[in-house]
Amino acid sequence: MNEIEASGLGRRYGARWALRDCDLEIPRGRIVALVGPNGSGKTTLLHLAAGLLKPTEGAIRIQGATPGRDRGLTARISLVAQDVPLYRSFTVAETLSMGRHLNPAWDDSLARTRLDQLAIPMDQRVGELSGGQRAQVALALALGKRPDVLLLDEPLANLDPLARRHFMQTLLQSATDTGLTVVLSSHLVSDLERTCDYLVLLAASRLQVSGDIDALLNAHRVISGVRTDVGRIAGVAAVVEEQHTDRQTTLLVRTDGPILDPSWTVDTLNLEDLVLAYLGHPGASALPPPRVAVVPAGVGA
Amino acid sequence: MIAFRLNSTSGLSTYLQLAQQVRQALRLGTLQPGDQLPTVKDVVASLAINPNTVLKAYRVLESEGLIQGRPGQGTFVIRSLQGVASPKQAELQRALEQCVGEALAAGLDADSVEAMFESAMRSAQEEGVA
Repeated sequence: MNEIEASGLGRRYGARWALRDCDLEIPRGRIVALVGPNGSGKTTLLHLAAGLLKPTEGAIRIQGATPGRDRGLTARISLVAQDVPLYRSFTVAETLSMGRHLNPAWDDSLARTRLDQLAIPMDQRVGELSGGQRAQVALALALGKRPDVLLLDEPLANLDPLARRHFMQTLLQSATDTGLTVVLSSHLVSDLERTCDYLVLLAASRLQVSGDIDALLNAHRVISGVRTDVGRIAGVAAVVEEQHTDRQTTLLVRTDGPILDPSWTVDTLNLEDLVLAYLGHPGASALPPPRVAVVPAGVGA
Repeated sequence: MIAFRLNSTSGLSTYLQLAQQVRQALRLGTLQPGDQLPTVKDVVASLAINPNTVLKAYRVLESEGLIQGRPGQGTFVIRSLQGVASPKQAELQRALEQCVGEALAAGLDADSVEAMFESAMRSAQEEGVA
């Protein structure tokens, strides 16, 4: 079973849709990169998954249950919100003590060991810690709850490169130990290429790309050749991006087979190239084929 | 034990890089049958990469019959690659040298020859992966 599933998921604020027509199936144990420009619906999707918001239409389910409605499920989901909301006047020890009192399945030694390894002083006030240390305390608090699903909203935004690496190391080691499913929103696509294995790309409140990152990269190529009007090319399912100079044509394409035509030079691309190409071309999309839809409760056919 | 490293400018995906480094170590003899590979957790901790990437690399190597996962103990090398290619290697080396020689004689510069080699390598690897 998929850990996270959404079908026809949408959320409206007044007249504006923050997220619409979102169908997702995220298998258990994935580390998901949630990517998109500001205002594309990333935070809305995370808050819907955490049960902090109710869908305006459609449904989201985690482990088959509806977030926000099932108390057992709430205990198994951790969300670290964008501004790392911690009590700044609490010491680190007091913050962990709060975690212990609020969460029935709290693992104190796990939280303490991680912070000790990072040499974060227990008696320091949270407000006096560096940005990187504060992010680590928030992560320790979220992991101490021993969640099955960890949702992180822009956790890397204000961290320097070294703090980012330390943060990701802590996160990935926990995921290795526990089989945790992680959804991580970020602008820093290059940081996510090695750490995430699943991509969810939102643009203008809609899902534009979703799928296994290796499979997506393997299904896309940059091909270049002598300038030509682009017709049908064997192996190409769709042209995502087209660039022409007076001599040369370069295409970023989604493939459905090998491109064997020798007039094209074929290259692989990285995650950042892929994300930027799709963001630049909102009409293109790469989504898994639709399944027989789960009809959400309260929505008639 | 070997230590993995990653090359961010290589066009190869991370799991293929890891698998390639194990094969390389098997060819050079740095890894021998019976040797243990780093645990997934160790690789994740040192490179800050996704655990599924490491698992994927190990699965590829396991399917090639080179390594074996033993529950609760770790992942071990079961076959060496040393000497596998040696009878044909010298012959191939000569063929490649001749080909490079011809390319240079035809007026191609070193960059062009390298680009040709990389492109040939990549298409061969892609056929292997697909």
